[in-house]
Amino acid sequence: MGTGTSIGRVRGLGSAHQGTHHWWHQRLTAGANLFLMLWFMFSLARLSGFDYASVHSWLRSAWVAIPMLLLVVSIFYHFRLGLQVVIEDYAHHEGKVVLMVLLSLFTVATAAIAIFAILKVALGAAA
Amino acid sequence: MASRPTSRPRSPHLFSGFLRLNYRWGPQMLVSILHRVTGDGMATVGTVLLVWWLAALAAGEAAYASFRDVFTTSTGSLNLLGWVIGVGLTLSLFQHMMSGIRHLVMDTGAAFELKTSKTFAVATMVVAIALTAAFWLYLGMK
Ligand code: HEM
Repeated sequence: MGTGTSIGRVRGLGSAHQGTHHWWHQRLTAGANLFLMLWFMFSLARLSGFDYASVHSWLRSAWVAIPMLLLVVSIFYHFRLGLQVVIEDYAHHEGKVVLMVLLSLFTVATAAIAIFAILKVALGAAA
Repeated sequence: MASRPTSRPRSPHLFSGFLRLNYRWGPQMLVSILHRVTGDGMATVGTVLLVWWLAALAAGEAAYASFRDVFTTSTGSLNLLGWVIGVGLTLSLFQHMMSGIRHLVMDTGAAFELKTSKTFAVATMVVAIALTAAFWLYLGMK
């Protein structure tokens, strides 16, 4: 960022035309993940059991379903950003583009299934 | 991209020759690699398992039972796969969480002094192992 023209330095966009958004969003989600994952581990540890009835009634509560939705959004966005860096580090040339597309597909597809499943349990009729 | 000379240094610039690392091993380097490995492990194995678990739960009792069967014995306790995945993912989470906190602290410019930086790196691993042990002991004692 420091070696371009002065207007380039002011914009701070660098050669990827992305600026610091990627780095900053990785940090923002890191902070959110810290709280969400600590909550998740405490909540799991305090479950009365891991059988269907216990876990189902746990996820039905808004106090669990809403943090779980936030967790999926924050974590999945975070690892999408993180794996992008890993691809950029090791893959070069055309293969990189293919991997980036696959990464986005993987993230969006798994996130959609997770969110749908949480909503289905939380909004479904009492079992 | 194809027109760019391929001899330019790449990041991370690991090797200076056949199996000759540019770096000398130390706790900081180990933690850096662990952060990447644990993040990648959770993002792949962890994501698939989380999604499978949630989808099975939403699909109903039978689907949930077949999910549980993969990781438990007929008595309901964890089988070998259950232990390996369970301990692997919890240790990965706590290691990544601790080395992630280390990242955020060092982002502020703190803890770069040689001795502090080394102690901090070792501490992330000690705390990660302690939290993993505490988590499983708590589950076991219930
Ligand atoms: C628990 C709280 C978490 C914190 C504090 C955290 C923190 C961080 C930080 C600061 C980075 C950036 C590292 C860098 O710039 O080199 C990062 C990278 C990453 N994180 Fe997390 N993270 C957390 C949870 C997770 C979870 C649950 C996953 C996966 C499901 C994950 C996957 C990743 C991946 C794949 C990377 C990229 C690693 C790399 O570039 O080598 N993180 N994390």
